[in-house]
Amino acid sequence: RYFSTSTGSITPITKVLIANRGEIACRVMRTAKSKGVKTVAVYSEADKNSLHVSLADESYLIGPPPAKESYLRGDKIIEIAKKSGAQAIHPGYGFLSENSDFADLCEKEGIIFIGPPSDAIRAMGSKSASKDIMIKAGVPTIPGYHGEDQSMDILKKEALKIGYPVLIKAVMGGGGKGMRIVEREEDLEDGVNSSKREAQASFGDSRVLVEKYLVHPRHVEIQVFADKHGNCVHLFERDCSVQRRHQKIIEEAPAPHLSEDLRQKMGSAAVAAAKAVGYVGAGTVEFILSQDGSFFFMEMNTRLQVEHPITEMITKQDLVEWQLKVAESQKLPLEQSDLKIHGHSFEARIYAENPDSDFLPGTGKLAHLSTPTPSSTLRVETGVRQGDEVSVYYDPMIAKLVVWHEDREKALRYLRNSLDEYHIIGLNTNINFLKRLSTHPAFVKGEVETGFIPIHRESLMAPQEPMSNDTIALAAVSLLLKDIASQKTKEDPTSPWSSLIGFRVNHSLKSTVKFDFKDNKLEIPVEYDGKNNFTVTVNGATVQVTDAKLNTQNETVSAHVNGRFYNNIKTVTVKNSLNIFSADGQQYQLEIPSTVLPKGGDAALGSLVSPMPGKVTKIMVNVGDSVKKGQPILLMEAMKMEHTIRSPIDGKVESLPYNVNEIVEEKKTLAVIV
Amino acid sequence: SLNRNVLLNNKFTSTTTEKSFNILDGTVDKNSVEFKTNLSSMMETVKELNQHLEKIKLGGGEKLNQKNKQRGKMLARERIDALIDTGSPFLEFSQLAGFDMYGKDEVPAGGIITGIGKIHGQECVIVANDSTVKGGTYFPITVKKHLRAQEIALENNLPCIYLVDSGGANLPRQADVFPDRDHFGRIFYNQANMSSKRIPQIAVVMGSCTAGGAYVPAMADESVIVKGTGTIFLGGPPLVKAATGEVVSAEDLGGADLHCRTSGVTDHYARDDAEALAITRRIVSNLNRKKQPSVTITPVEEPLYPSHELSGIVPSDLKKNFDMRKVIARVVDGSRFDEFKELYGTTLICGFARVHGMPVGIVANNGILFSESALKGAHFIELCNQRGIPLLFLQNITGFMVGKAYESKGIAKDGAKLVMAVATARVPKITVVVGGSFGAGNYGMCGRSYSPRFMYMWPNAKISVMGGEQAASVLAQIQKDNMAKEGKQWPAEEEAAFKKPISDKYEKEGSIYYSSARCWDDGVIEPQDTRSVIALSLSACLNQPINPPENGFGVFRM
Repeated sequence: RYFSTSTGSITPITKVLIANRGEIACRVMRTAKSKGVKTVAVYSEADKNSLHVSLADESYLIGPPPAKESYLRGDKIIEIAKKSGAQAIHPGYGFLSENSDFADLCEKEGIIFIGPPSDAIRAMGSKSASKDIMIKAGVPTIPGYHGEDQSMDILKKEALKIGYPVLIKAVMGGGGKGMRIVEREEDLEDGVNSSKREAQASFGDSRVLVEKYLVHPRHVEIQVFADKHGNCVHLFERDCSVQRRHQKIIEEAPAPHLSEDLRQKMGSAAVAAAKAVGYVGAGTVEFILSQDGSFFFMEMNTRLQVEHPITEMITKQDLVEWQLKVAESQKLPLEQSDLKIHGHSFEARIYAENPDSDFLPGTGKLAHLSTPTPSSTLRVETGVRQGDEVSVYYDPMIAKLVVWHEDREKALRYLRNSLDEYHIIGLNTNINFLKRLSTHPAFVKGEVETGFIPIHRESLMAPQEPMSNDTIALAAVSLLLKDIASQKTKEDPTSPWSSLIGFRVNHSLKSTVKFDFKDNKLEIPVEYDGKNNFTVTVNGATVQVTDAKLNTQNETVSAHVNGRFYNNIKTVTVKNSLNIFSADGQQYQLEIPSTVLPKGGDAALGSLVSPMPGKVTKIMVNVGDSVKKGQPILLMEAMKMEHTIRSPIDGKVESLPYNVNEIVEEKKTLAVIV
Repeated sequence: SLNRNVLLNNKFTSTTTEKSFNILDGTVDKNSVEFKTNLSSMMETVKELNQHLEKIKLGGGEKLNQKNKQRGKMLARERIDALIDTGSPFLEFSQLAGFDMYGKDEVPAGGIITGIGKIHGQECVIVANDSTVKGGTYFPITVKKHLRAQEIALENNLPCIYLVDSGGANLPRQADVFPDRDHFGRIFYNQANMSSKRIPQIAVVMGSCTAGGAYVPAMADESVIVKGTGTIFLGGPPLVKAATGEVVSAEDLGGADLHCRTSGVTDHYARDDAEALAITRRIVSNLNRKKQPSVTITPVEEPLYPSHELSGIVPSDLKKNFDMRKVIARVVDGSRFDEFKELYGTTLICGFARVHGMPVGIVANNGILFSESALKGAHFIELCNQRGIPLLFLQNITGFMVGKAYESKGIAKDGAKLVMAVATARVPKITVVVGGSFGAGNYGMCGRSYSPRFMYMWPNAKISVMGGEQAASVLAQIQKDNMAKEGKQWPAEEEAAFKKPISDKYEKEGSIYYSSARCWDDGVIEPQDTRSVIALSLSACLNQPINPPENGFGVFRM
């Protein structure tokens, strides 16, 4: 180890361009601003009103919504960096963050790339090359085939040698894209082909590798940091085992049930790995940790990770600040011996997705968004505001909820309670799933592994608690009160025509509130007393809702329900639905059926409707073809995932309204089969 | 200096203390025998009323209602509930209309539901035929109730929505329905004239509109028709066949398709009742009307005393007096009442108060009317008229004082001043009869002939030229005098037999079931709803600007 004492080589950064969007762009800007560094944002046409643009000191349009034409346009970004006078570019994660060519280009243009040298990126970018380097550096690696010969015969032979189950991964891959687990030899060919297709689409490189697939393994990664003076430290581990679709969903630091000895071993291995490639800046060495305590190098992510905040919380460090310092050629702020673990931190990733349909990503408008209040122990890392759109073009992550507490048990409870305060309406989210996950007995015990979700699927996916009678009654009354409030006239605000709710001469008004909830049609009789009291009949039981008051500002209702006071229960109407966040932390979306006939006709019978917005990538049939039930009709790419649209019936293709590469909105007819 | 001393000694009235200055003492002894007797008596009366209303609300009865529903039609009251805003009050008029009026022919609610409801924030008069009652045909009382609703719309500047589902005039009763000024034709006359006064007239054809009935949508500013059930024609298929031999279905002769696509008699095509009502709501939302109350409005305060105690305050025996201030204390905001001339003419209470924040000048009986009471009332009404404050009359009046002393003092002249003031006051007037309404007292206290914008009766109320017993006694006295002239004696039992039918007749004709059946008022209300009904009525009145009085006189001190 040596420490540079030269101060002459320090290049101060006074303006930084953030070549990213969303929460990470906002995150980087926050630190930059606090350090007096000016910020430059770039944005695509889809992002012109987004949060990161509004936070930046300067913002520049770089192109149309698709990333390829905007956030991946390194040339344009460098041009803007020069134009704006930014000395450095922070690439965030994703997009250009692990693009060695871009790092080279920056260097060539005299702009600091906040990340490792391009050689390090290149070395770690290839799974097979990195593995060789690791073997040489003495870092344990997993048995596998990383050869250039991609022929099916060779892959088959190698897979057999490694032993099933095997994992097929894109050589250039990351983030789970192009990953396939193959359990039996006869499935290998399909797995390889599909992995190659996705790899080609995502990375422009179809090469794959084959590895041993470990059973019940954990995903434990080490945060490392290196400076240009040869110093390298690790900032302990993060456990990111719990994943769905091979993507992380909840992370924690430190990892549960990890001995201090193992922590040290893994930390040293990670530092060795970084040093082996001459690493500089923030990096993450991912290990797969077997139940017996053996661990293997998986890959190194040569960037700031999504889940970096939990490391910040337990080390009390600002990693973006570290990045800036390292980029300025300063020494690392701390030595290994200075770093300690304080307490426990969790990060839950809030995604626009539907856990009930295999976590299918979703898009849409955040019609309502309210979050727990941030504090020194709670961070809401987000790039969106209420009213923003989660678009088809980018990652469907809405936010990261990061909490800290003195131990794991308390931190987990804190996470769960904070999730209760996270209210999103307008699109499907995994919030409720995260609540289940964070209270799952196995998770509470720290029995994490990469297969956690599939193993506990049943208990995690259990149908939502049925709505309580109180909640149904509150929903019904709040809908009435909302209607009433909306029909008040400004000219006559205290009019008895608004306040004497449901008054009738010599009788009381009885009306029926109707909701569609999942597959049930709820009919809720409500009797008015002419004031703010209602007798509601729910499931045959009488529920007295008295002194019901609506707060239109906060969109909450407060009322006494059969002698229990419910204070500020959030009920929000969005389009034709009423969304209620019940006192027990459940979110229910109740559709309000129209009592009036719809205008125009319904979609034709036998039509296949797009499950989400996306792009048609392949059409397998022609108009007039006979098709069998289950036969693939076309492929759609949405949220960077491939979806096969299959025929629901045996029949004949009557129409195919879309062509390949056309963008399709949600719920559009993709094909009509009769 | 002197000035400084004056300032230091100047007393000021804190708004805090001023707030408690005008609060009425509304306390009643709820444990007194009197209160309990009154309460149980009123509860009995209300119970009886509700039993009748329960049946009336079913319209033509369960069977016909079911049949109506099978045809895909909503019932008249369901239509109204769907038409008005969620949770909007519906101030229904004259539920007892037609009660016991036509022998075996029962016409619940007069076969027509009328009232005021709020649509997109706009109070509207709604007139809905109940086709389950005699096919929605117009009995004489149906016409009267319909015309009264239109009168309310005209006086209060309220849009009219006609939910038409009627076979037109009741043919056997044509003589009492068709020819006179205030008969069937007046409906269309009113539509035309209200339209000319920019009071919107909207018709929704949800059933038959035959013959004269065809003019309801035809005369409307904007009209909606329901496919399959709504028809409009001057002559229905039977008449056409009889007249020309042409055989045609009702739908082809005057259905929605014909009138929306070909004839242009209707403007909007609805596939069912719900859609028709939704379209109607859209029509109202486009009326571009703004309610601009021309009075000051203060924050609403609930009365300090519960309204249900009203039933224990009013004696079942109308001859017994009670303190009307106890009633006022349960009707007005914060039980606050700024009384006028409290010490003068004490049998008439006058003063200012607010109901749901709106100002009212209250004129309330607290005994028989003397000259002084009448003069005070006239003075007070002048004040309200001058200031543009609506008037609320709380009637419990047996009449003006009689006797030589009073006649010689010119009580007729003083009573006339009160009647003159009541008759010519241009501010909205609302009358509630909480007890008796007898004789000229009815005039001085703004009875029906004095065109209150709204008039309601409590279930215990009685209305007649005089009390039954008095009438019988007066008539018996005349008979006795005549017999005396002939030198005849009148045995007591004969006199009693003479008096009995007279007093019975007065009793019957003075009851709410007789009076409200004939639409001599706008309906019977439970005492505990008085505040709400007054508030809604008053608020409806405010749709019509209150214009300053036209003559240039100041306020005459009487």
